[in-house]
Amino acid sequence: MLIEIVIILVKILAVLGMVMPLAGALGWIERKGSALIHDRIGANRASIYGFAGAGLVNTLVADPLKFATKEDVIPRGADRLLHTIAPCINLFPVLVAFAVLPFGDVLLVGDREINLQIAPLGIGVMYVLAMMSLGVYGVVLGGWASNNRWSLLGGIRGSAQMISYELPMGLAIIAMILTYGTLDLQEMARAQGELIWGWLPAWGIFYQPVAFLILLVAGIAESKRIPFDLPESESELISGYFTEYSGIKHLMFFMTDFVEVIIVSGLVSTLFFGGWQVPYLYSSGFEFPWGASIALPNIAIVLLQIVSFTLKIVFFCWFQIMIRWTIPRFRYDQLMHLGWLGLLPIGFVNIVATAVAILATQSA
Amino acid sequence: MSENQYLPVLLMFLVAGGVVALMVNAGRIFGPRNRTETKLEPFECGNESSGSAWGRFSVRFYLTAILFIIFDVEVVFMYPWALVFRELGWFGMSAMTIFVSILALGLVYEWRKGALEWE
Repeated sequence: MLIEIVIILVKILAVLGMVMPLAGALGWIERKGSALIHDRIGANRASIYGFAGAGLVNTLVADPLKFATKEDVIPRGADRLLHTIAPCINLFPVLVAFAVLPFGDVLLVGDREINLQIAPLGIGVMYVLAMMSLGVYGVVLGGWASNNRWSLLGGIRGSAQMISYELPMGLAIIAMILTYGTLDLQEMARAQGELIWGWLPAWGIFYQPVAFLILLVAGIAESKRIPFDLPESESELISGYFTEYSGIKHLMFFMTDFVEVIIVSGLVSTLFFGGWQVPYLYSSGFEFPWGASIALPNIAIVLLQIVSFTLKIVFFCWFQIMIRWTIPRFRYDQLMHLGWLGLLPIGFVNIVATAVAILATQSA
Repeated sequence: MSENQYLPVLLMFLVAGGVVALMVNAGRIFGPRNRTETKLEPFECGNESSGSAWGRFSVRFYLTAILFIIFDVEVVFMYPWALVFRELGWFGMSAMTIFVSILALGLVYEWRKGALEWE
């Protein structure tokens, strides 16, 4: 019993130890990426001994320290309790949502099999959805408790946007449940290890390209990033719901954004890109469709799987940063139109089409 | 196993809760305390702020929230259906087609009524 708890704690610390520095690093990658896209020199002041890449280290260590040693101001007339709780309610659910994302298959230590997923829940993907929806409370409370007009507007906009895009997100996930017949993300990832026509990995994207697009768009909208950043829009609402936040609480709101980017990337790569799967890698080693095979020990396979999952997540984080610096912000009516009259009907049609296709192949 | 299923979630809640609690208190512990009258004023583009922000706002946002609740409850109904879909076969398919068409009718209705138009 005790050893099980220790194993779980090690997994939790490993996952959070990956996620939180990655969230910090994304802040630097985003500035660097914006500079590259704008064709200018950017984010090059923080260097160590002239090596500009060390700005990454600076961002990871210096930024949190600096934020922590800044004054924490609660404006006059604000609700002090809710003002303090809001960033916690914002950050906490997205951190715990990582509990059901599988980051590898089974690790063998002695005669113990360790499932590389923190919590093998029966409700799996619904848990992620539930936790991501809780984030809306942080936005609303942060906006309301500040007693500032811009914050209030940002909070209300944020709530309307996040609940609107939760629907298409749920519909995309329902289509994936139909495809795999399970809610557990680990089983979904395992199902994607098979091959179509003997050579193509059976990744979700080949079955459900429409659901992939819906989930990606709705996911970006849920994380409130450009082109969906109306709750924060600097040019009209200053910072929206976190205008009145300073110091570490501001960092918490900021970090939530990046952790949401990571969880959306994790969800997209688990549902549609095989999660931790490496093409042609099975529990005994590589088996290529042309007959060659390489036997590998369990530990090497697990490492390859973890690296593969990390690379997929980093790719989708980069992809979202590219979108952020490419597309301008939507107008509010366009945003509502896209959610309710674009993604929602497409999601319904996609589910019906998927169901018919499954029945047709079943009876054939 | 099923009782133990949620033990990792509980541990995750404790660890993440600890991280969040540490972070939110760090500013109070390490940060300076230097309050001035102007600093505590809610930010309003440089003007002196006029009264509380807790007033009225557009009813459109309420409407969106109400529409969301209706649709979300109906979407939740589809999860168990999707999970056992392969056993239900064509019977489940036809039942859900009727359900989804009623949903679609509702969406068309609220669109026609102008609930989704923002001016």
